[in-house]
This record gives sequence, structure tokens and C-alpha cells, in this order.
Amino acid sequence: MLFRQRIAAAIGDPNLQLALDGNFVLSRDKWEAAMASLPEADAVRDRARAIRVEALSRLDHYLLQLEAAVQAQGGVVHWAADAAEANRIVLGIAQAHNAKLIAKSKSMVSEEIGLNAALEAAGLRVVETDLGEYILQLRRDRPSHIVAPAIHLRRSDVAALFEKELGLPPTDDILVLTAAARAALRQVFVSADVGVSGVNFAVAQSGTLCIVSNEGNARLCTTLPKVHVALMGLERIVPTLADLEVMLRVLARSATGQKITGYTSLLNGPRRGAEPDGPDELHLVLVDNGRSRALGSELAESLLCIRCGACLNVCPVYREIGGHADGSVYPGAIGAIVSPALGGLSEFGELAQASTLCGACRDVCPVRIDIPKMLLHVRAAHVAGTGGTGWLAPALKVWAWAMRSAARYGWAAVAAGWATRALATQGWVRRLPGPLGGWTQRRDFPAFARERFRDRFAKRHA
Amino acid sequence: MSTIQLFITCIIDALYPDLGEAVVRVLERAGATVQFPPGQTCCGQPAYNAGYRPDARAVALHTLDVFSATGGPVVTPSGSCAAMLKHGYPDLFADDPANLPRANALAARTFEFSQYLVYGLGLTDVGARYDGALAYHPSCHLLRGLGEHDAPLKLLAAVRGATLAPLPGAEECCGFGGLFSIKMPDVSGEMLARKLDNIRAAAAPLIVTADASCLTHLNGGLHRAGSTQRVVHLAEILARA
Repeated sequence: MLFRQRIAAAIGDPNLQLALDGNFVLSRDKWEAAMASLPEADAVRDRARAIRVEALSRLDHYLLQLEAAVQAQGGVVHWAADAAEANRIVLGIAQAHNAKLIAKSKSMVSEEIGLNAALEAAGLRVVETDLGEYILQLRRDRPSHIVAPAIHLRRSDVAALFEKELGLPPTDDILVLTAAARAALRQVFVSADVGVSGVNFAVAQSGTLCIVSNEGNARLCTTLPKVHVALMGLERIVPTLADLEVMLRVLARSATGQKITGYTSLLNGPRRGAEPDGPDELHLVLVDNGRSRALGSELAESLLCIRCGACLNVCPVYREIGGHADGSVYPGAIGAIVSPALGGLSEFGELAQASTLCGACRDVCPVRIDIPKMLLHVRAAHVAGTGGTGWLAPALKVWAWAMRSAARYGWAAVAAGWATRALATQGWVRRLPGPLGGWTQRRDFPAFARERFRDRFAKRHA
Repeated sequence: MSTIQLFITCIIDALYPDLGEAVVRVLERAGATVQFPPGQTCCGQPAYNAGYRPDARAVALHTLDVFSATGGPVVTPSGSCAAMLKHGYPDLFADDPANLPRANALAARTFEFSQYLVYGLGLTDVGARYDGALAYHPSCHLLRGLGEHDAPLKLLAAVRGATLAPLPGAEECCGFGGLFSIKMPDVSGEMLARKLDNIRAAAAPLIVTADASCLTHLNGGLHRAGSTQRVVHLAEILARA
């Protein structure tokens, strides 16, 4: 489906509209309360940005430091240049252990590389254990939000799904639905051969992998199975534990309005010696997949992202079209710059069109990414690369030629005046021609005035 | 006595000459001498925002030439045009050492209309009177682009007889977004519909904004819906004595 068609489908879906509206209003209230609860919130966000900028400015150094620290604790570090290599690495680890069942906690990187499909193609069974992802997996659906993947679904959708897939009697009770998922997932946790997780932050100095969750599934995935594979975009790094503390102060607040998530796990290698808990093996897979190329580009700032999803929650466009219309793994405002940065402009350049550049995203970003500025970069690069599309490129050439001269501007105003007054009834145009008709779908357009302001000014001040 | 250079903006020049005159009246009443460089056309943001940088640069260069031949504050009754001159021009000419100094100089002396009154002239009371309720819609470029939350509200608070009614969802984007309004008409239309619902819920016959672009988009929707409510520019209210 074309972008335009997906947008129309999203707008025309009343269930989705209710879900998105609810998310917008609820998130805003939670975010405001959460930031109000953070002393010197502005200074903390400035510091969070500085930490991420430092990490990216010496990324090679910090990654090597991380690798040494993880290895010193008995972990294994793998470097994956692209999605295919990452999938090969994870599959290799699974097959080396004759794994049949993989328990997964939420990882956007795993979505990005298509891990589940790769593992399933090799005959493994993969079960998502984050409730939202579990629901989507049963539906053969995709996440539409970075943090709350099933935000586009309503309770009734889940109830119907569980009735069909789990044989649950019809119910509207969230506790009953959650208990059903819990029971199903419990089995997965205790019998999984390999647990695959993401990484929220890796701490270079100590080799610590920090994973946050509210459901406890990340802890279970990373400690019960004998093998833990942690997938990490190679930019998700901070230099020190003190830096991690700053990031954690803004992450949950920005994402869900919580001061801290229910579980914050700091993993320092696999089980050692006589320790009772933990996997026998810890594998950290560092995924590049376009990140190092983005580092040197105009879109480098997009790599600061800590995947909180706040920008999606405040975006007035996301509120209307949700996270599936883009057709990219990373939805919303951040997706419109991350996807082109990683995946290339030709495929994802269009996403940047779906914005009014209102700046609400920039206002809430905990690391102060100037998303509107990045969107302008994507748009400019897209135009430079394609020469501009359709009618707009020649139209703007003519427009620029007219606007460069006061005389031509004057003629253009006269011509537009004639045209709009000819089309207008009682001062308003109900139907503009051609591509301009997009305006008059839902709005009238005023006829140009008979006399320009400047002519009046000239007369009065002659 | 402050002499200012008025950058009226293409929209106000061609569509709303009365509004343009109201802007001049308010500035003159506030004690400024208003000059109008006649070569001015457009700030160039339609092309800039759409990613057509060479076209934007060509138009911006013309505007840069026109205003660089003048001195003193440049005042424009548009948050988006002010943001274009202050942020967009230094960006457009960042790689152009011949023009960057002029672009930076123009950016430094450009004021949005309400910001000039409050911070440039130090005024909140311009002698205006309006009997009735008003609701304020902050445009995104003024509110977030220029970080200006207070100036229009201070000016409105000083209008004799006026009561400021709350506008639900005031800070949410109206959905205009420049060429977005014709390139993504479905989404723009949905955002417009939401704003119109909020405007309907505001207990005020007039909605005030400081950007003629939002105004054109919202009034276009209000007129299509047969509404009696109307959006007016801040200058139109302040000009009433």
C-alpha cells in the first residue's frame, strides 16, 4: 500500500483513532507530571544530551572499552556489520546449543533486523514475552510504537484475540486477560533454551548491560534460560555508571511518566562460579546496520535517541495516523529521521513529509534532538537526490523566479488576484484547481485583495 | 524614536491589506516610525520547508539584499517568517561566506511583531480596547520555534474590556504546516477538524493568533463549516482603540 493509502486507512479506522487519541491525552498528562517531579529537569536533560554526545563522539573508544569489560566478566562480544550478519550470529548461537525455543523480551533492534523471521525460517520457535509484543505476535501484527507496541489495539481487540488463540472465554477484565498471558508466558520462560533481549544502555566502563521493563519479562528472559543473547544498536552506549544514572532519570519519565520502571536490571556478565542466578553464557551482539555511516552524516543527531517514544506521544500527526502508516520499523517523528539515516533516503525519504514541523517533539526529547531540523535535512536530501517530485519542483522554480524580483512578484500577485477573484463567490474560493485542490478538500480559500498592502502604504506615505 | 523596517509578509500583503494597515497603526501608536522597503517579496520558507534549498536560497538572497540595504530593527507580523529569517537564513547561507555575515546580521535584528512591542519597545499596553471574549491560538513557530509564550498574552491582557477565554488544546498544531496543507491534505484536514472542534468549545466569537498562515487555514475551515466564529490577527485587536 502506498503511504497515502495507509494514511487514509488509518484516518478511516475509528478504533485506531480512539486508541491514538487516548494515548495522546494520557501521555501528555503523565509526561508533564513526571517532568514536574524531576528537580532541575532542564539541566538534567541538558546533561543527558551531553552524555550521549560524548558517547557518540568517541564511539569507537567506548565500544572497545565495553567489549573488554564484558569479556572480563565472562561475556562474549560479537560485532555485526548488518542485519544479515546479526541474524547469522544469533542463529549460530542458538544452533550451537540445539535450541528449540527462544524467549524474547522487547527489542526494536530485533524488529529492525527481522530476527524472528530469520530464526523461524531455521525451524526455531520464538515467543515474544513483552505483553504488547506477545499480543502482536499472536495477531501476526507489527509494533506501532517504540515503547507501547500494541497501542493501536483496544481491550476488546485483545479479548477477541485471546478467545481465538488461547481459547479464553469472552471477557472484558484486564486482570483476567493479563493472567492468561502470564500463564502462557510462564511456560515459555522456564522452558526456553535461549533468551534474547535488547539493551537500553550499555555502560562502557563497567561492561554493564542495563535493561528496563515494567513487566519483569526482561529479567526472566535474561536470567532463566541458559543462554542470554543481548542485541544492541551500537550507539546505545554511555561512558560510566554515573552517566547511566542520569539517563535513567529521564528515560522512564519521558517514556511512560514513571519515575523509574518496575524493573531496572544491571547485568554484569553471565553467572559466575557458585552464583545461583543467571545464564551460563552471555552474548552481546553489537549491531551496526547503518549506524556508523549515519555517524558521519547530517543525520548523526538521530543516533542520540534513547528510544523513549515521547516524540510519538506528542506528535499531532502520529495522533492522526499512528505508527503503521509509515511502513517503517521505527514509527513517528524519530522514525522519520532514524529510518532514512539507517536505511537510506530513497526508501524512507517520504516519511519526512508527514510533519508540520510544529516542534512538539523537540520540546519533549530528553536528549534534545532537533527533530524538525533533521526532518528538513531529510527533505532537502530527498529533493537533492531526486530533483524534486511531480508538479512541485517546476512550480517552485517558477515561484522562486517570481519572488526574486519585486516587479515579478507584483505581476504574480495581480495574476493570482484575477484568478482567485474569478473562481470566488463572495470572496471565497471553494475549489482550487489541480494539485492546489488539496487545500479546498476541507477549507475555503480567500480571494486575493484588490489592492495590496504595499500599494496602500505607498499612497499613505507618499 | 525608533525607526523600524516592516517586513509585511507575502500573505498579508496580498490577502489581508487591512491587517497590514492595522500592524502599521499599532506600531505607530506605540511610538515607532515605520518604513517599508518596497523591494520586499517573500521570506522563502515554502521552498525551505519543503526541502527545495536552491529555490529557497534564491528568494532568501533577494530578501537579504532588500533588508541589508536598511538599518534598525526588522519587524514582521508573523512568527514563521521571523523564525525563517532568524534560523532559516543562517542555515541557508551557512556554506556561503559571502552572505553568511549579512544573514547573521539580519537574523540578529529581526523581531516578530508582539516580541518587538513587548521587548523592543517595552510596552504591553498599546491603548487597545475590545469589549468581549477572545481566545488565543499560539502558532507553533512563535511558541516553539521562537520560544515565545508570553508576549502576545501580555499584550492581550492589557486590552481594555477584553476577557481571555481558554482555548482547549491551544498549543496543538493547527495542521497548516506550509505545503503540508496541500501535499498531505488528509492529515492536515484531520488536524484542522480537531482545532475547529476546540475552537467551537472555546466560549469566544474571536480567536486571536499572531500568524496569518494559521489564520488563513483556520478561517478557511471555519468558513467552510458556516461558523460565526472567526480568527483574527493580534494586530487587528491591538489596533482597536
